[in-house]
Amino acid sequence: MKRATLATLAAATTLALPAATAADTVDIGLLLPFSGVYASLGNEIEAGFALGLATYGNELGVEIILHREDTEVTPAVGLARTRKLILQDDVDAIVGIVSSGVLGAVRDLVDGAGVPLIVANAGNDEATGEACSPWITRVSFSNGQVNRPMGRWMAEQGIETVYTLAPDYAAGRQMIEGFAGAFTEAGGTILGSDFTPFQQTQDFGPYIAQAQASGADALFVFYAGGEAISFVNQYASFGAGDDLPLYGSGFLTSQLYVDAQGPSAEGVITALHYVPTIDNPENAAFVAAFRDATGRTPSEYAVQGYDAARALVEALETGARDRETLGAALRQVSFDGPRGALAIDPATNNVVQPIYVYETVTGEGGMTQIVLAQLPAEADPVNGCAMPSMPTN
Amino acid sequence: MTHDLSFWTLQTLNALQLSMLLFLLSIGLTVIFGLMHFVNLAHGALYALGAYIAASVAATAGFWVAIVVAPIGVALVGVVLYGGLIQRMRKSGPMAQVLVTFGLIFALLDLTRIFWGDLALAMATPPALSGQVDLLGVSYPAYRLFIIALGAAILAALALALSRTQVGAMIRAGVDNDAMAACLGINVERLFFVVFCVGCALAGLAGAVAAPLLSVTPGMGLQILIPTLIVIVIGGLGSLKGAIAGSLIYGFVQTFGAVLAPQLASVLIYALLAAVLVIKPVGLFPAKG
Repeated sequence: MKRATLATLAAATTLALPAATAADTVDIGLLLPFSGVYASLGNEIEAGFALGLATYGNELGVEIILHREDTEVTPAVGLARTRKLILQDDVDAIVGIVSSGVLGAVRDLVDGAGVPLIVANAGNDEATGEACSPWITRVSFSNGQVNRPMGRWMAEQGIETVYTLAPDYAAGRQMIEGFAGAFTEAGGTILGSDFTPFQQTQDFGPYIAQAQASGADALFVFYAGGEAISFVNQYASFGAGDDLPLYGSGFLTSQLYVDAQGPSAEGVITALHYVPTIDNPENAAFVAAFRDATGRTPSEYAVQGYDAARALVEALETGARDRETLGAALRQVSFDGPRGALAIDPATNNVVQPIYVYETVTGEGGMTQIVLAQLPAEADPVNGCAMPSMPTN
Repeated sequence: MTHDLSFWTLQTLNALQLSMLLFLLSIGLTVIFGLMHFVNLAHGALYALGAYIAASVAATAGFWVAIVVAPIGVALVGVVLYGGLIQRMRKSGPMAQVLVTFGLIFALLDLTRIFWGDLALAMATPPALSGQVDLLGVSYPAYRLFIIALGAAILAALALALSRTQVGAMIRAGVDNDAMAACLGINVERLFFVVFCVGCALAGLAGAVAAPLLSVTPGMGLQILIPTLIVIVIGGLGSLKGAIAGSLIYGFVQTFGAVLAPQLASVLIYALLAAVLVIKPVGLFPAKG
């Protein structure tokens, strides 16, 4: 009798399960800048994220309720919006964050509250270094990660001396540090480095002339946004490329700006974790779908949003539904995406991904990229991260 | 690091180029202030608007049309602003004016975002001005020389107009003492209106000229505002001489600061600003002695 009851009960549970799954909902906070100087990045990440959910999330049987919040570029605003997402909307996970400043501001809050955060851009090294948290998983990049392989690669190409330029703020310094460390380790010499006042430099002419006068074999720079466009245009106008070829962190000639740079970007060689011309079937499908949805070619920011959505879906597929289980599942996510094979490094929660060296060239419909080399994926050094094990009840 | 003469020539040209760009922008602002005692913080936003109009027009009609259309377009916006807001604010104090024009910055910034989107726009240098020119032993971008020449031409034209024409005399009288000028039968209000429009047109011209050199982004107006205000404070309010002196000082300090003391590049100009404010609070060449 008892056995029969158990069997019935078991049958009932099995029957009830699909129904229960169908009714599942998770609340996800989308925390991005939709106004201010990073608005274009926020929109690009959101477009990628929406496409990722549409591509992978449909057959999940989980209803994803999005709570969209604008961080602007202000850490204080980002913190307030995060608090709202956690306390008022009671979200199960948060996706987004473009500015490293905002990430720094919300780090303690999400860590203390135990809310999983998928970082879809902000690249400051500390976030997966000394300030790492088991709740914060980064699927975008770290500043050092993008530039270290390029230092080695340039040394292998026979470039012996380099002059560097970057804006004078945390990301600029970390990008150059990552590059310069690897380049000198591989036998190269840095002849000089200038850091230009961030967002205050209209004229890069003085710095370009300085770099030319140094007699270096090459110039390596990091600029992003409006500064990237100004820099590349001004560099080309000086005709400096003939005796001082321009290399850089790939954000310099991002797909997002390359149309505004036009022929000025021709021949610039940079390294990044994603370019739209990477040759693999996942990327071909992604680029086609993104063009269908938005009418433009996806940038690295779009793929970060797309992969953030995919990471979330993969975590949900393991059956995770609440903060705790999602947080644990996100750290184990790995998949082959448009960027190649991605995995999360358990020691730091940072993404491990290949880096692509690419040259910007004139194509049929505007500027495009040729991938020169795919540099193997390697995990970041731990950088002082002592990852605590996830607290369990 | 030792440098030869051509390096310094190159940097001097860089400094001149930056100075002229700032001159185009600050002259409009300083004369509006000198004549109308009106603080127009939205001047930077008008410069951004000029860049956007120029980039859109250049995409279809080419650079030379754009550089004519942009100042006219921005002057028309100036007419609307004058009629709708600024005339009403004339009698309110400087604090209210600052607040209203500061608000205008953000209103115009979001309008450009709504019209043109968040992505940066491009404006190509015209074929005639791309490439480099050999000058004084250095090869220098032709477009930068064009900016220097244009700035010098506008400076000459304004200097001539202010010192030799009747309108110029009226403007100088208005700057000096507007009540007395009105008593002498000068229609000061109409003069204000004309000067305001010319100032806006020059901001639009500066934006159009800067577009191929810099990037056309919604935030460009905010970024240029602080340097422009520094130029005016150093040079002294209301005078042509002050605007050109302030621009040259800013351009040379920024450029040579970047070369000789790169660590101090962002601080030098503020230190100079502070020094001027302490030693000569009215600026070097104020319109009213």
